[in-house]
Amino acid sequence: MDRNASARARKLTSRWALNLALFVAMAIICLPGFWIVLNSLRPTVEIMAKPPIWIPRELNFDAYVAMFSGVGQGGIPVLEYFRNSLIISVTSTIIALAIGMAGGYAFARYRFAYKSSWFLGFMLTRTVPGIALSLPLFFIYARLGIIDTHLGMILVYVALNVPFTIWLIDGFFRQVPRDLSEAAQIDGCTRWQAFWRVEFPLARPGIASAGIFAFLTSWNEFALASQLTRSTGSKTLPVGLLDYTAEFTIDWRGMCALAVVMIIPALLLTYAVQKHLVSGLTSGAIKG
Amino acid sequence: MANLTFDALEKSYGGYHAVKGIDLDVRDGEFVALVGPSGCGKSTTLRMIAGLEEISGGEIRIADKRVNDLPPRDRNISMVFQSYALYPHMTVRENMGFTLKIAGCSKAEIDEAALNAARVLEIEPLLDRRPAQLSGGQRQRVAMGRAIVRDPDVFLFDEPLSNLDAKLRGQMRTEIKRLHARLGTTIVYVTHDQVEAMTLADRIVIMKEGRIEQVGTPDQVFNHPATQFVAGFIGSPPMNMVPAKVAGGALWFEDGTELPLPAAFEELSDGHEVIFGLRPDDIYPEGHGLDAGTGDIVNLQLTVDLSEPLGNETLLFIRFAGAEWTARMLNPRNVARGERLNFRIDMARVHLFDAATGCSLGRQ
Repeated sequence: MDRNASARARKLTSRWALNLALFVAMAIICLPGFWIVLNSLRPTVEIMAKPPIWIPRELNFDAYVAMFSGVGQGGIPVLEYFRNSLIISVTSTIIALAIGMAGGYAFARYRFAYKSSWFLGFMLTRTVPGIALSLPLFFIYARLGIIDTHLGMILVYVALNVPFTIWLIDGFFRQVPRDLSEAAQIDGCTRWQAFWRVEFPLARPGIASAGIFAFLTSWNEFALASQLTRSTGSKTLPVGLLDYTAEFTIDWRGMCALAVVMIIPALLLTYAVQKHLVSGLTSGAIKG
Repeated sequence: MANLTFDALEKSYGGYHAVKGIDLDVRDGEFVALVGPSGCGKSTTLRMIAGLEEISGGEIRIADKRVNDLPPRDRNISMVFQSYALYPHMTVRENMGFTLKIAGCSKAEIDEAALNAARVLEIEPLLDRRPAQLSGGQRQRVAMGRAIVRDPDVFLFDEPLSNLDAKLRGQMRTEIKRLHARLGTTIVYVTHDQVEAMTLADRIVIMKEGRIEQVGTPDQVFNHPATQFVAGFIGSPPMNMVPAKVAGGALWFEDGTELPLPAAFEELSDGHEVIFGLRPDDIYPEGHGLDAGTGDIVNLQLTVDLSEPLGNETLLFIRFAGAEWTARMLNPRNVARGERLNFRIDMARVHLFDAATGCSLGRQ
């Protein structure tokens, strides 16, 4: 075999090896999700069977039907939980994004005293595990009377998300050349118009990513929500999962079904926003 | 169109003085270039005109109106940035029409203005492209188009050609000059490239460390530099300079070489320490110079260290009075390294600067 042929064979082999490695990695990543979907469609006996049953013998939507059939008939107040989750996540994301945009822009564009200390301070708040705050939060909220309210949860998630959104959005605004805002101001814009018409559209991928992260954090958070919510009026979907645990039993099938219901909106949102995530929008702004 | 005036203009950042009180009058329709090395304050000055930098002291007037505290949008200026600063999310048409859109003009007006500017700059086929799809030269044109559409009192250019390759830079230079001839708008042009300044400007302002060293026409700053700095900055290759002392009606150099004191400097007293300056054009091998024929010629036998043939001319590097000098050889022939030639110095073209102050001692 000449050297060209052997080089070609080596290239082909390495490509296939890479594909195989990718397949295995993806399988490992996707398997838990797939398992949840599968378990939501089959009876608990089959889920708990040992040795495990890999190929389901029967599939049905009983768990989903039961979930929506109301309290007392195996159902849980899923619509209320869904509504709570949506109100809390969407509101806290919008507020965190608004603060994150203002903060990120300020850090990227303005000079002010103790700028780096402020920034470091914000980042340090991320090092505190949320659960460590649950008890102090509980006491404060109890005094304020905002335990078991949407407002209480929104405040927690805004506080949780703001440092991250500021950090992410700051990075994206830094990538937008300052010349563009100045050119816009010379073209007749106020500083505010220059921001909205030029800098904001260019930092949109960063703002979209920050939005997704903030939304998913609020949507999936369990530890604090389980401490600070009590009733159907404020419990979120992750807390709702606990409704499937009884004193001696756990309804794994129902839990998996609710998990699928939780995942779907998050997936849809990510899919909808991903087109804004394309980076490289600023290419061509300046020399090149 | 309008005139532009600086009155004791200053800019400081904390304790650092970037611009140290400059005065200048730019006439209506004049093309003025601000040149100087990095950090001389030329870009800061331009940004103060634009309103992008606050003014620490003094006054700027556009069309005789004080603009110190006006935001950029109210100064009726337009600016071409070094980086072009095109809006990447807008097409060429939208980039050029942006200023009119902000001003609330109708779509028809905006389109017409963009089309007119595109016609002037010959970029009509590019109107629907985005900046990322354009070459450097095309982006440069769009940036100029955007500036034209605004129909400003004053055009500001901030090193607009420094990102282009040498050939394109030459083309765009001509284009800018043509544009000025056509529009007649007052232009302030910042560059560190003295060739751009010389070729484009009606008057050149040479800046150094936040101060103006000299203001003059290209001819004035080249032939009558006010300071040693201007003499060294303007002209390529730069002026040859070497310290000397006046004694007994002659110039004495450190290595003991003696040259007669040129007639224009006869009143200099003995012992005066000077810097002797001579442009490469004014020292040349016999038979290879301009030979303007002033009659005041000195002949010197000098050895050529190195030669750089450029086709129409050759630059010869020689040692004179302990310094390396450049001589320009017109109608060149091959010169071998180490060859000894008879060089002619046109003493009427000699510049003398005071060694202590750097100021020119004559030929103003």
